[in-house]
Amino acid sequence: MTCDEARILLHALLDNELDAGHAREVEAHIAGCPGCAAELAAQREMQRVLADTNLRYTAPASLRARIEASLPEPQRQPSRRSVLRGFAMGSAVSALAATGIVAIVLRQDDQQRILSEVVSAHLRSLQAGHLTDVISTDQHTVKPWFNGKLDVAPPVIDLTAQGFTLVGGRLDYIDARAIGAVVYKRRQHVINLFVSQTSSTEHRPPKTQTMQGFNCRRWGERGLNFWAVSDIGADELAEFVDKFETAMKANVEG
Amino acid sequence: MPPTSDDPDKARRFREAALPHLDDVYTLARYLLRDASDAEDAVQECYLRALKHFDSYRGPAMKPWLFAILRNVCNAEYARRAHRPSALEDTPGAAEQTPIWQESEASPETEVLRSRDAGAIRKLIEALAEPFKETFVLREINNLSYREIAETVGAPIGTVMSRLARARALLRAAWTAEEEQAK
Repeated sequence: MTCDEARILLHALLDNELDAGHAREVEAHIAGCPGCAAELAAQREMQRVLADTNLRYTAPASLRARIEASLPEPQRQPSRRSVLRGFAMGSAVSALAATGIVAIVLRQDDQQRILSEVVSAHLRSLQAGHLTDVISTDQHTVKPWFNGKLDVAPPVIDLTAQGFTLVGGRLDYIDARAIGAVVYKRRQHVINLFVSQTSSTEHRPPKTQTMQGFNCRRWGERGLNFWAVSDIGADELAEFVDKFETAMKANVEG
Repeated sequence: MPPTSDDPDKARRFREAALPHLDDVYTLARYLLRDASDAEDAVQECYLRALKHFDSYRGPAMKPWLFAILRNVCNAEYARRAHRPSALEDTPGAAEQTPIWQESEASPETEVLRSRDAGAIRKLIEALAEPFKETFVLREINNLSYREIAETVGAPIGTVMSRLARARALLRAAWTAEEEQAK
């Protein structure tokens, strides 16, 4: 490796973007080259100072408000026209909701709506501090945590050995019901596994859908509905579901 | 159901997907445009365009997608400035005087530990030439991976790596030059 190459690759080393093989090559060069070693040390020091400095800007509240105002929103301060429209539509919908008929009206859109709620819940979980209520890589800690909080505790299975690290659990709300979310990580990617009870005990094979750039794989088994959501590729998510299903079967039979 | 009824739902999904990244998008706009009010306009335009294309959005992750839209908006702004070159130079201090974005200043004790305060470092970064500045901000401040930067700017990862190396070398040179002057 030449110094010119090393001067570029040492940044990838600093950023943890190199695979093990290339990292070893760069480290080997630096070990034998005082010039590149000094450059790495200097860049590491600069990165440390930068990391300690707040270089971000906060969007002004007025900008946030302007963007919010440009989005169509039902709860916004109603204008006279939208009040009239609201009587025509909104109150009719809420009257239906009050009687429970809305469940029938919406049934055909149910799956799409729940998918959208699942993706929204996944997005909320990615905001700082929202990912887990209980943080543990130990399934024997996560599993009892759910007990008493839900009618049915979700199966908590450690898949670390299979490449999916258990990081914790969380209570979430889908379809206006509290449900359990078991959180896994694949590299830096978060996988939320939502589990809810269903009256149907039939097996429904896994199916992947995409919404807003997220893959969601849903299936049904033993009276439970599952939704696995992540930004990892569809093939990796399918692998996750396969591994989970295999491990769950082994748990039940074993 | 009337076709308008899914608009609030789309808006809600868009709000939940895109608004959490507002500070990130605004930060990139501030560094790219070096002006608070131009950055605000660019970010608002970015979100309008994003909402418009939200139906066809299938990935990549939301943040790089928004950044890519913001870049297009900023490129249009660069073109506008090129036709009216005096617009920026007339008010060089305006951005710094706008108090609305001012972060809480570092305390005097921590300033001793740091070789530069945040404001000085921001100025050094702002002064970097494109495309090095953009790559640097996406990596160091917006925390994108090399792959995400490559997707955002539409360049191969190798190009991203060499730009980043150049950006950091330029920044460190400017930094040490200032320190020499300060002595």
